[in-house]
Order: sequence, then structure tokens, then C-alpha cells
Amino acid sequence: MDTALIIEKFVLVVILFLISLGIAAYSTYFERKLAAWIQDRVGPDRAGPFGILQPIADGVKMFLKEDFTPQNSDKWLFIIGPGIAMFTALITSAIIPWGPDITLFGRTMSLQVTDFNVGVLYIFGVVSIGVYGIMIGGWASNNKYSLFGAIRASSQMISYELAMGISLITIVLMSGSLSLTDIVNKQHGMDWNIWYQPISFLVFFICSLAETNRAPFDLPECESELIGGYHTEYSSMKLGLFLFSEYVAMFVSSALMAILFFGGYNFPGMDAFSGNLLALLCVVAFFAKIFFFIFVIMWIRWTIPRFRFDQLMHLGWKTLIPIAIINMLITGLVIAFNQGWF
Amino acid sequence: MESLSNRKKVVSDKPMTFVESLYLPAIFSGMMVTLKHMFKRRKTIKYPEEQRVFAPVYRGMHVLKRDEQGRENCTACGLCAVACPAEAITMVAAEREKGEENLYREEKYAEIYEINMLRCIFCGLCEEACPKEAIFLTDRIVPTEYERNEFIYGKDMLVEKLDKRIDITKRQDTGKRGAV
Repeated sequence: MDTALIIEKFVLVVILFLISLGIAAYSTYFERKLAAWIQDRVGPDRAGPFGILQPIADGVKMFLKEDFTPQNSDKWLFIIGPGIAMFTALITSAIIPWGPDITLFGRTMSLQVTDFNVGVLYIFGVVSIGVYGIMIGGWASNNKYSLFGAIRASSQMISYELAMGISLITIVLMSGSLSLTDIVNKQHGMDWNIWYQPISFLVFFICSLAETNRAPFDLPECESELIGGYHTEYSSMKLGLFLFSEYVAMFVSSALMAILFFGGYNFPGMDAFSGNLLALLCVVAFFAKIFFFIFVIMWIRWTIPRFRFDQLMHLGWKTLIPIAIINMLITGLVIAFNQGWF
Repeated sequence: MESLSNRKKVVSDKPMTFVESLYLPAIFSGMMVTLKHMFKRRKTIKYPEEQRVFAPVYRGMHVLKRDEQGRENCTACGLCAVACPAEAITMVAAEREKGEENLYREEKYAEIYEINMLRCIFCGLCEEACPKEAIFLTDRIVPTEYERNEFIYGKDMLVEKLDKRIDITKRQDTGKRGAV
């Protein structure tokens, strides 16, 4: 492996890291603003013009708070809980193709940290590790509410991972590849998967809301019943990491939705451009899609009340999984028919 | 029974139709409601920069008026304390000595006059009861304090300063002594 490649990937990783954190930070600001607008309020507007420095003020506040560890908690697990949550939320972005190849300094660079040929499986692996952060955090707190939050998070994750996986199989069937780059390149121009698989998208969208613990599926941190759920005992930047990882996860799952169903960095009329300009426009289009999904997820949060737990399980097992399975079977039959297997 | 208001809704628990049981139409209509609210005008008044305009009859912090020659109107008759439904007013009367004619209008005056602003409900009955046009409610706000004791306003807070007369005409124009 040559040194230039290592430097190139390193720079890309650092940029991605900063972008993920920056977008997560400003998601918190935007979430508060959006909540305020929906409720006919103004929202944070004291720190800087339009409150634009609010995330920085929040971050400083988090760092300056007392870092409290409950007496009977498992200290080691208590510390790594938020770490795992943040880590898993961040590493998913490694396989996301942010744009087509660019040419810089006479080198062709890929705007993707690594092109796994089993990218979709990698996502599932990472997402299912993600619940360990919440589980370990909730368990190590030695608090009933935290434990309940952790149990809810894990059962919710198990229930919705199934439907999510099955809904993704349709995309894999249509693309014939598990690599995200291939999936994106199959959806050239306006030929997006959403036109073929709207039901699959709906299932995937609902499941990703549940996987990222966003409303209306935010039962693990249900403050009215569980006083914050798994992060009840957390304070200072550990709490900050938990809250932050939710926003990073939201950013990454928005990126995944854009890739899998809305053509990733493809946009209509992209054939008119080429080279670095095309790459730039592609990245812009991709981020526009991501921001749109982040907006929709927040919009849903401030519209719909939280599910009850039995409703959550009913929706997951009795509604989404059958729909996803039937959708998968129909897709499989149509593809088999087109391939002339009958 | 016949509905008089025209707003009566019959409540029923009939089973949901298939479309209703999908929940999605209801969710979308809910999201449209919130979307509409995103573009509505904000009703917030950003307080330190902007201040709400008071109604002309607003009843705020009290003032004990002086007359044109700077003498206190109050004679400590106690009618305001009797009228006060919240029992916020208390006073101690004293007789005017020789040489104090420039300070107090009548022979009797209030040596101590206290209003507990935490008890006061700003009803304005003291103002109505006052036969000497001495106490008035103004358009000023009672400021916040850290201690409960600091809300008991004595004469130092209530009587208007000679060099800083309080204009009460904004709230009411009695056409008599009260308006300076």
C-alpha cells in the first residue's frame, strides 16, 4: 500500500469525522429551532446571531458539568457505554459513498473510505453493535429506570432489525450487489429505487426511526415514564456523547436512506457535467438529500406522540415484518420472471 | 339533547376502517398541521429588547402621591387597608408636628406605610377607597427580588420623590390633585 493512499484515506476519515460531528452539533440546534417553529416559538436566539453559537455553548456547558458516577455502578462499563454508542454511530460513515471519484494532484481519489463488497451486511453488523452502547450504559448505571430503558432499547432493536433487513433484501435483489457503491451506481440520474420499492422504503424508514431511537419510537429514553431511560444516571460529557450519538446515528441513517432509495449522489441531469465539477455537484445533491431526511425525521418527532410499548411490538412483529416479507417475495418473483426462470 | 352551540360531536368507538388502521393518512394530516405552524408568525416578544405595550388601564406598582407643593396626600385613614382584599397594606399613623406643614398635607400622616407586594393582587381597590387621592396604581412593574422581605415596600419605595414625580395620567386622568 503506498503512502499517498494512506494519507488520502486519513484525510478523508478526519474530514468525515469532523463533518459528522459538525452536522450532529448543528442538528441539535436545528432540532430546537424546528421544535420552536412548530410550536409557534422563536427557539434559541441568544448565543450569536440567530443563536448560531448555541451548539458551542451547549458543548461548553456539557464539559463544565460535574462528571458524576453513581456509587454502585460498574465503573468500567459505565464509561465505555457512551463510547460504544458514539463509536458505532461514527464508523458506519466509513462505507458511505459520498460522491463519484475526484481527481486531485494527478490522483484519482474515491470519496469513500472503503468500498466493502459486503457493505450492507457491515451496516447491519455495526447497527446491531450500536445497541450495546445503550444496553451497557443502562445496565451499568445500576438504576431501575436505566435498566428498563436498556431492555426496551434492546427488544426494540431486535424487533425492528428483522423488518429492516428484510426490506433491504429487495434492494439487494434489484441491484445484485451488497456493495453500496454498486447500489448507488445502479440508480443513475433519476432512476431511483424509491420508484420501484416504495413499500420497502416505508418499512426501512420506520425501522430506521426505531433503530436510531427517534420519536415516535424513543421509548428507551421516554422521559415521562423512565426519567430519561438509559441515560438517567449520566451527566457531563458522557451524557453529551449519548445525546450526540443519537444525532450522528440520525445523520448516518439519513445518508443510508438517501443511498439505498433516493439514488445517493445521483441527481437528474448529471450527465451534462463531468470531472471534479460533477463530483462537487454530486456531493451537494447527496447532502441536500441527507438534510431533507434529517428534516423529515425531526418533523415527525415534533408531530407524532410516542408509541406505547405493546403498540411498538405490534407494529414491528405483526405489521412491518409481514409486509416486508410479502414485498420481498413479490420482488423476488418479478425478478425471477424477468430473468426467464419460469 | 339538542345541541345549542353547534359544536357538539357524537363520540363513537366503532372499529376503524382499513384506511384508518393504516394510520398513515392521519400521520400525514398531522404533519401538515405542524408544517403550517412552521410558517406562522411568532407571537414571542423578546423581552429585554421589546416590551409589551400595556393596556391603558394596566394596574402595576403603587405610588403614594404628593400634592403640588410636595406634601404627602396620605392621612393614614386606613381605608385602603380596610378595602384591601389581600390584606397587603398596613400603616402606623402619627400626628404632624409644628414645622412639618411643608411635608404633610393634613394634621395626621402615615409614619409607616407598607405594602406587601407578594400579597397584593393589584385589584386597585385601595386606589378606589382612598378619599385623599393619595394612593394610585401605575404602569410600573414590581421588580423581582431574591428575598421575600424585600417585597415589603415601605414609604421609601412608595412615596414619589420630589424631584422624580410619577406621572399617573397615562393610566387615569382624575382631573384633581392626583394628576401632576
